[in-house]
Amino acid sequence: MPTNVIMPQMGESVAEGTVTKWMKKIGERVERDEPLFEISTDKVDAEIPSPAEGVLSKILVKENETVAVNTVVAVINGSGEASIPSPVKEQPSPAPVPAAKTAPSPAAPEPRPEPSAPAPSPAADEKVRSSPLVRRIAREQHVNISEVHGTGLSGRVSKKDILAFIEQRDVEPKRLSAAPPPAAGMPARAETPPARQAAAPARAPEIAFKGPAETVPMTPIRRQIAEHMALSKRTSAHVTTVFEVEMTRVVETRERFSTEFLARNGFKLTFTPFLVRAAVEAIKEFPIFNSSIDGSNIIYKRDVNLGVAVALETGLIVPVIKRADEKNFLGVARAVNDLAERARSKRLSVDEVKDGTFTLTNPGVFGSLFGTPIINQPQVAILGVGVIEKRPVIRNDAIAIRPMVYLMLSFDHRLIDGSVADQFVARVKAVLENWDEPVV
Amino acid sequence: MPILTYLDAIRQGIWEEMERDPAVFLLGEDIGVYGGAFKVTAGMLEKFGAERVIDTPISESAIVGAAVGAALMGMRPVAEMQFMDFIACGFDQIANMAAKMRYRWGPAVPLVIRGPAGAGVHGGPFHSQSNEMWFVHTPGLKVTAPATAYDAKGLIKASIRDDNPVIFFEHKFLYRRIKEEVPADDYIVPLGKARVAREGDDIAVITYGAMVWTALEAAETLVKEGISLEVVDLRTLLPYDEDTVLTSARKCSKVILLHEDTRTGGMAGELAALIAEKAFEDLDGPVVRITSPDTPVPFSPPLEEFFLPNAKRLADAARKLAAY
Repeated sequence: MPTNVIMPQMGESVAEGTVTKWMKKIGERVERDEPLFEISTDKVDAEIPSPAEGVLSKILVKENETVAVNTVVAVINGSGEASIPSPVKEQPSPAPVPAAKTAPSPAAPEPRPEPSAPAPSPAADEKVRSSPLVRRIAREQHVNISEVHGTGLSGRVSKKDILAFIEQRDVEPKRLSAAPPPAAGMPARAETPPARQAAAPARAPEIAFKGPAETVPMTPIRRQIAEHMALSKRTSAHVTTVFEVEMTRVVETRERFSTEFLARNGFKLTFTPFLVRAAVEAIKEFPIFNSSIDGSNIIYKRDVNLGVAVALETGLIVPVIKRADEKNFLGVARAVNDLAERARSKRLSVDEVKDGTFTLTNPGVFGSLFGTPIINQPQVAILGVGVIEKRPVIRNDAIAIRPMVYLMLSFDHRLIDGSVADQFVARVKAVLENWDEPVV
Repeated sequence: MPILTYLDAIRQGIWEEMERDPAVFLLGEDIGVYGGAFKVTAGMLEKFGAERVIDTPISESAIVGAAVGAALMGMRPVAEMQFMDFIACGFDQIANMAAKMRYRWGPAVPLVIRGPAGAGVHGGPFHSQSNEMWFVHTPGLKVTAPATAYDAKGLIKASIRDDNPVIFFEHKFLYRRIKEEVPADDYIVPLGKARVAREGDDIAVITYGAMVWTALEAAETLVKEGISLEVVDLRTLLPYDEDTVLTSARKCSKVILLHEDTRTGGMAGELAALIAEKAFEDLDGPVVRITSPDTPVPFSPPLEEFFLPNAKRLADAARKLAAY
């Protein structure tokens, strides 16, 4: 049974590829996954493995010839063994799957951010005020209207808005289409691992749920979070370490000064500034936690810009305390309060969620003991804080009741080893357990 | 090129057609010796004689009836209404006879009924109406309403040469206020063709008659604020120029329909329906009408001023629509 070998799509934005070398001749036998030919595309040069075992019977695209993605470049005739069962045919048999995947834009010379996104249905756009014209343009230009900033009455997306949006999109198609692996800190090579894997994300298995369901488009913030999280998991070698920390001094300090603090500063004294200060102290001692990876270099950032994750109804946002290392306790507390408040009222500026160098997340507010946070790319670590609660602990061989908390640090093992990570958290723990910084 | 008033341009157009075609003749009240209430026909009696410039009794019904009869017999009558308001007296002859004959048994009815319409001259309710829509809603007629001197001459000549009954609305406010270069040659402005009076990008203002000038004035104000109006002068209301209307609507994506006529059942409503049907997916905002209210034209000057659409009202609406 002949198998068609196609030009694979090496990334969402790639429309064509050049066959640079055939590694087998016509009539030669080839094993499944054995390198069959080499290609060169806009993004990557790669060896393409054979999708099936058999005999290479036809070469349809000569060396140095460029063809569109999904073009059949060769045919492999099955070797006749009846023992090539369905997985072989099913799994790599590339023809049907990519065809379906790229259907909406067959020739697709112009890269689009979401080439396979269906035209937004009217229902999907109902929440965004627009006009018949804007909806038509959105349909024709594959724009999700909810992504367009509306400047019309009550935020209506007007013709000017959507045209400006499209213009901008078309000006920066490369940046956008490169979106899947833009990880500032990622080594270029990691972006394009061996051919088979590179192709894999573009061809995620079609998981189609068949049954009664409601389809709701993601909000832009949700889409960004989704992309960012998956990107981070693909990028970093996540490891999480957990420490238990006694919070007696912090809790006492907070209780003792809470009234005075509120009276003086006009906002409540929370645990967050304590945690930020402790993290900053540890970062000062271990600057690797304030770095990122750039190719084979490590970039140590001078300022400690500490992001504090804030959960909103619409999704997660991480406002950044710029130069947290230069602020005293009150300065940090004020910044935390201000950013959190404005995050909730959606009045943060773009600058205020940018350029973070380390992140603090606090799932404990909802009662979580600890979790394994995902690193906020291109950072290399994230410190999580569980719930602060009284627990029985052993002190001087007796059971004592103490306010305790779990601190968890997820770090990028590509750059940071476990011993360093543990020393870092130990330092945070020491600062918290021996709290001596005045808070008022 | 000689400078002519809007009125003189009409007069010149009629004059040229009288010279060109002996079948053309005039009839109306006091159009001979007196030269017409507004002097459109001044000098015609002397030039063309009493057989071709006929003073009639004060009976619009008689004027229209005689004109329809003459047209059926192969003449090309140009009947003057002293004020277009009084055309109602001849309405049956126009709507039930002249408009339908072609469809009933085939004859040409080459007839022009012309006269001054419109307000702005403190003429009160009997001498100020914009009653064009009575006829726009009558299939078989053609209705035209020029805004410029050039078009007035070109359209009156085209109307006289047309084989259908044409109702020709002259705007009395423009008679002596519009002066412009008008070629002395024989030219026509085809019926059914609109004109883009000013090109713009943001909002198409579609209008006709004296309101063309109002729209141009507003456009001049708004361009300084960064709002660009395109002004379309319909020129002919029946049959109106669908293509030009839709082209401008599609180009600007926002439309204001402006007329001096009252609101309900006006040309604006007709065009709004056209645009909604054929350019719905080109619209970036609601179609807006600026018209006079649904009342007779008031006599009191301040009330008349309030009644009539003006450049300020148009500019305000355009600002709102631009920001929509």
